[in-house]
Amino acid sequence: MRLNYPTNVKIVKVPCTGRVDILLILHAFESGVDGVYLAGCLEGECHFLRGNLRAKKRVQYAKKLLDEVGLGGARLEMYNMSSAQGQRFAEVAREMTEKIKALGPSPVKNRVRGVQDSRGQVK
Amino acid sequence: MIVANRKSLEEILNMLKPYKKVLLLGCNECVTVCAAGGEREVGVLASELKLSRAKDGQEIEIKEQTLERQCDHEYIDQVRPFVGDYEVILSIACGAGIQYVGEKYRTKIVLPGVNTTFLGVTLEQGVWSERCQGCGECVLHMTGGVCPIARCAKSLLNGPCGGSSNGKCEVDKDLDCGWQLIIDRLKELNQLDRYEEIIPVKDWTTSRDGGPRKRLREDLRL
Ligand code: SF4
Ligand code: SF4
Repeated sequence: MRLNYPTNVKIVKVPCTGRVDILLILHAFESGVDGVYLAGCLEGECHFLRGNLRAKKRVQYAKKLLDEVGLGGARLEMYNMSSAQGQRFAEVAREMTEKIKALGPSPVKNRVRGVQDSRGQVK
Repeated sequence: MIVANRKSLEEILNMLKPYKKVLLLGCNECVTVCAAGGEREVGVLASELKLSRAKDGQEIEIKEQTLERQCDHEYIDQVRPFVGDYEVILSIACGAGIQYVGEKYRTKIVLPGVNTTFLGVTLEQGVWSERCQGCGECVLHMTGGVCPIARCAKSLLNGPCGGSSNGKCEVDKDLDCGWQLIIDRLKELNQLDRYEEIIPVKDWTTSRDGGPRKRLREDLRL
């Protein structure tokens, strides 16, 4: 399968969506991303039993925080797909890209001080 | 443990309006366990504050620090080298910790980032429940180990009141009637005869009515 998905989507690999805590999501927004989505395994098929269900709850909570902050919870989503659903992966990447494009760039882009880049340097 | 609840971001932002340099202090004890004011919550609050200030085009510099305890001066002393670099301290420890930080740095304004709520237990991950109000004269031996002060909405010493219905309290249909719990437990303990005994009027001077309390152990003092 040589499927295309938008190049603006940057992938951060984690062993399970259960690893994704709220701070990780908020730090992504601090670093200036326009949106974040989690691609977890299908519900009921988590290798760690409930990782994706916990991630779902955290996403719901983080959405509330983003609303309060003024960025808008719509910039964050959770999707479920199996590792065999490459087609779905590409489709979700396009869907989320369209959604975020419609929302426009993050209002905090390049504005948060003290953000660490990938090498741990503080800007 | 002491259970607290994070204040809303809006309220915290309002308190912080005049300030650009904030020392945000968490505590590693009770408020960590009840997920209101530990290192993680310090991180989340700092991030929320930075994001919302950035959105409004306003600067904020936040130093995140979580102390072992905010109710012991040894730990509060740890921020002394840099506390002067910040305009204000935002503490998310319990009310005792917040005040004690202020007592140690008398020229600093210390703002509360949480509402300290009760002495309680963890019912399950993410759920906490009140158990004690620190009345200073414990009666648990008379009430089947269930506190009538904290768990009856009216703190009745001889209950239940007429509002108890199907085990629930009239104050809220989802709230267990404290006195129903006491009676159930007395039954389980084979101590229902205790229920016949009238608990005399309580001396509330051991509680808040006697003013702020202090405890002294002469043998431990240096
Ligand atoms: S009787 Fe007083 S000290 Fe005992 S649990 Fe109740 S409030 Fe706490
Ligand atoms: S219904 Fe029960 S818990 Fe509620 S006030 Fe009456 S005795 Fe107390």
